[in-house]
Amino acid sequence: MGEVAARHAEPSGGRSSRTNLPDRAWAVSLTVFGAAVLVVAGVIVGALWFVAAPAVKTLGLWNFVGSRQWDVTRDLYGALPFIYGTLVTSAVALIIALPVSVGLAVFLTEMAPARLRVVVSFPISLLAGIPSVVYGLWGLFVLVPLLRKPIEPWLARTHFPLFSGAPIGLGYLAAGVILAIMILPTITTISIEVLRTVPGSLREAALALGATRWEAIRIAVLPYSRAGIVGATILGLGRALGETMAVTMVIGNSPTISASLFAPGYSLPAVIANEFAEASGSLQTGALAALGLILFAVTLLLNVIARLLVRVSQKGPARVAA
Amino acid sequence: MKRRRLVNHLMTALCGFGLLLALIPLGSILWLVISRGAPALNLDFFTQLPAPVGETGGGVGNAILGTLSMVGIGCILGVPVGVGAGVFLAERGNGRTGDAVRFTAEVLSGVPSIVVGIVAYGLVVLPMHRFSALAGGVALAVLMIPALARSTEELVRLVPGSLREASLALGVPQWRTSLRVVLRTALGGIVTAVLLSIARAAGETAPLLFTALNNQYWNFKADQPTASLTVQIYNYAVSPYQDWHQKAWGAALVLLLLVGALSLIAKALARNRFGTAR
Amino acid sequence: MKIEVRGLDAYFRSTHALRSVSLGVPANTVLAIIGPSGCGKSTFVRCINRMHELVPGARQTGQIFVDGKDLHARGVDPVDLRRRVGMVFQRPNPFPTMSIYDNVVAGLRLNGIGGDHAELVEKSLRQAALWDEVKDRLHTSALSLSGGQQQRLCIARALAIGPEVMLMDEPASALDPIATAKIEELIRELRQQLTIVIVTHNMQQAARVSDHTAFFYMGELIEHGETEQIFTNPREPRTEDYVTGKFG
Repeated sequence: MGEVAARHAEPSGGRSSRTNLPDRAWAVSLTVFGAAVLVVAGVIVGALWFVAAPAVKTLGLWNFVGSRQWDVTRDLYGALPFIYGTLVTSAVALIIALPVSVGLAVFLTEMAPARLRVVVSFPISLLAGIPSVVYGLWGLFVLVPLLRKPIEPWLARTHFPLFSGAPIGLGYLAAGVILAIMILPTITTISIEVLRTVPGSLREAALALGATRWEAIRIAVLPYSRAGIVGATILGLGRALGETMAVTMVIGNSPTISASLFAPGYSLPAVIANEFAEASGSLQTGALAALGLILFAVTLLLNVIARLLVRVSQKGPARVAA
Repeated sequence: MKRRRLVNHLMTALCGFGLLLALIPLGSILWLVISRGAPALNLDFFTQLPAPVGETGGGVGNAILGTLSMVGIGCILGVPVGVGAGVFLAERGNGRTGDAVRFTAEVLSGVPSIVVGIVAYGLVVLPMHRFSALAGGVALAVLMIPALARSTEELVRLVPGSLREASLALGVPQWRTSLRVVLRTALGGIVTAVLLSIARAAGETAPLLFTALNNQYWNFKADQPTASLTVQIYNYAVSPYQDWHQKAWGAALVLLLLVGALSLIAKALARNRFGTAR
Repeated sequence: MKIEVRGLDAYFRSTHALRSVSLGVPANTVLAIIGPSGCGKSTFVRCINRMHELVPGARQTGQIFVDGKDLHARGVDPVDLRRRVGMVFQRPNPFPTMSIYDNVVAGLRLNGIGGDHAELVEKSLRQAALWDEVKDRLHTSALSLSGGQQQRLCIARALAIGPEVMLMDEPASALDPIATAKIEELIRELRQQLTIVIVTHNMQQAARVSDHTAFFYMGELIEHGETEQIFTNPREPRTEDYVTGKFG
C-alpha cells in the first residue's frame, strides 16, 4: 500500500465516520455552492420561459417557428428569417473555418517544430480574447468595404447563384466570414488538444510502413481523432450560432429570406440585440425571448453532443477498432 | 513516389497557409484599433461625458466607470459561487451530484451571452421596472460562474494530496485543511482564473444591451441605467457620424488595453506561481 | 505498552489489507515495520493515527489502544488524536506557500493559534537537528531546502505540536545516503522522548534504528520480536527468507 491517496478525503461509512460539526458544516456549504450551479441552470430556463411564455401561448409554437413574417407594426411575429439567417451564416463560417482550423491544428501538432506551437498559441489565444464588439467594429469598417469593392463583384463573375445580387457588403457573407474568424481559435485549440492525445505509436507505425508524413496523418492521425474534431467543430458551431454583436453589425438587419449570400439578412441573436430594449408590449418582448429560447435549446443540444464527443475521444483507444 | 512526395509537400504548405489566414485578421484588427484609436485618446476621453451630436470633444468616462462597476457587481455575485462550486467539484465532486454539477457547468459555459441577457431581464429588469447596473452585473455573474467553476476545480485538483495529508496528520480538521492548506496553495491559480473571467466579462456587450441599457451621464447608483464601454462602442460604430466612428475606435483601444492588461497580469501571476512551486 | 493493537483488520473496498494484526509497542522504543511492497505496512501505521479512514472506501475492525484508551471509543476525536500521534511521510511534504518558520508552527497556526512561537521553533528545529542549517533563513521558503532538509523540517513540524508517538512511513526512502544517516541518527535521539513506529523496506535501516521489528507479509503479521532476534535468529522461515534477501 505504498502510496495511499487520501486526497479526496471523505468520511467513510461505518464506525469511522464521526466527523465533527465544523467539518460537516464545511461539507454542507461546499455542497450548497455546487448546487448553486444547478440552481443557476434552473433559473436560466425558468426566467427565459417566464419572459417568452405569453408570446408562445398567443402565437403558438409551430406557427411562430414556421412563419416568415416579422412585422412589429402589424404584430406579426415569425421566427423563420432569423433561424434561416443564423443557419446560413453559421454554415458559411464552418465551411471557411473548419478546413483552416483543422489544417492549422495539424500543421502545429504534426508538421511544425514544437516551439512554433508554443509561439503561435499566444496569437491564437489573443484572437479568442478580442471582444466581439471589436470584431464587429472591424467587420463594419474593414471587412464590409472589402467585400463591397473587390471581393463580391469578383465572386459574382462566377455566376454561381449563391453569389448574385447587388454587392452591398453587408449581408450573410460578411457575417459568415467574421464568424469564421471568431470560431477559428475555438476549433483550432480543441483540435490541437485532441491531436496531441493520438499515441505516437500509431503515427510511427504508419511511417514505418513507408507512408509520407501527410499519408501518416491521413491514415493514422485524423481517423483516430475524428470524434474529437467533430466535437470541436460542434463547439465552434455553438459559438457561431450564439454570437451576437459582430453579426448584428454586419448582417444588414433585414428580416427577409434570400438565397444569395450577398443579400442582407438577420440572425436570432441580432434581432434580439436590436429590438429587445425598445420592444413595445409583452407580445414583442415575448416573441424575442422565444427566439432566445430557440437559440438556447439549440446551443444546449449542441453543447451536450460536443462535450460527449470530446469526452469519448479523450478516452481514445476504445474507439480505434471502430 | 514522386507524386506522393509532392502531395506531402502540398498538404504541408496548405496547412501552413492556415496559420497565415489566422494571423492576417488578427494583425489587421490590432493594427487598426491602435492606429485609429490612438489619435482619439487624450485626458478628456477618459474623464469626460460623451459630447452631444455635432459637438467635438467629450469622452467615455461614464462608460469606463459603468463597465468597471458592472464587472464589480458581477464579481461580487459570481466569484464566490463560481469558485465555491469549483471547490465543491474538486473536494466532494466524485459522486453523482458532482457529475451533474460538472456537466451542467460545462454545458452552461456554451449558453450564448445574449440569452443570459434575456434571463437577467426577466430576473431583475422586469421586477424592478427599470434597466439597471444591477441587471447588467447579474448577467455578467451568470456568465462568469460556469467557467470559474471549471477552472477552479482543475486548479484545486492540482494541489498534491500529500499536502492535505500533512495537514490532517498535524491534527488540523478537514475544513481548516481545505481552506488554509489546499485552497491557500491553489490561491495563485484561482486569482489568475478570476482575472481572466473578469477580462472576458469586461468585453461582453450583448448581455448589457437591454439590462444596463446605456446612459449619457455619470451614474453611481446600482438601480439606474448605466453606460458601458462595449455598448458605447456599438452605438458609436453604427452611428452615421464620422467623429463618433473615431470615438468607437478610441473606446475599442481602451477596451483592448483593459482586457489585455488583465490577461497579462493573470499570465504573469500564473508564471510566478509555477516559478516558486518548483 | 504505549500502543496496543488487538485483532486489527483493514480494508480498501474489496481489498483486505491487514489481517488480524495484534502487537504492542512499549513507551520510548522504536518499532520497525518491514516487509515487501503491498504487505500492509503503510496501512498499519495509518490506522494508528486514523488516517486510514480518510481514504474513500476504507474500513477497519479491531482495536487500537494508545495509553490504554481505545482510539475508536465514543468521544475520541481523530483530530485530537493526530495531535498526539504525529506522522512523517515518505516524501517530504512541506507547505509550499509557507516559510521554514511557518512550516514548523503550521500545526498551531492552521488550528488558529497565533502569536510568537520563536522558542518553540528553535526547540523543534534543534530536536530535528536542522537548527544550525536554517537559523539564518527562517523566513525563506521551505522549498529552498534540500530534500533531506525538507524531511527534517517535516519532522520538526510534527514535533512542534508535542506528540507522544511518531509514525514514520519510509521517511528516508526518497533521500540520499547522507541525509538518510542524519534521519536515522535523529530517530535514535528522539527515542528518549517519543515512541516511534517506522515503516521501512531497508532492512539495514531497521536493524540500525529499532528496538523491535515486525515483519508483515500479505497483510499478516508474520513475526514480531526484538530486532536482534528477528535479524539473527528468526523463528519463521518466511522471515528468514525475507531478511536474508531471498525475496522482496
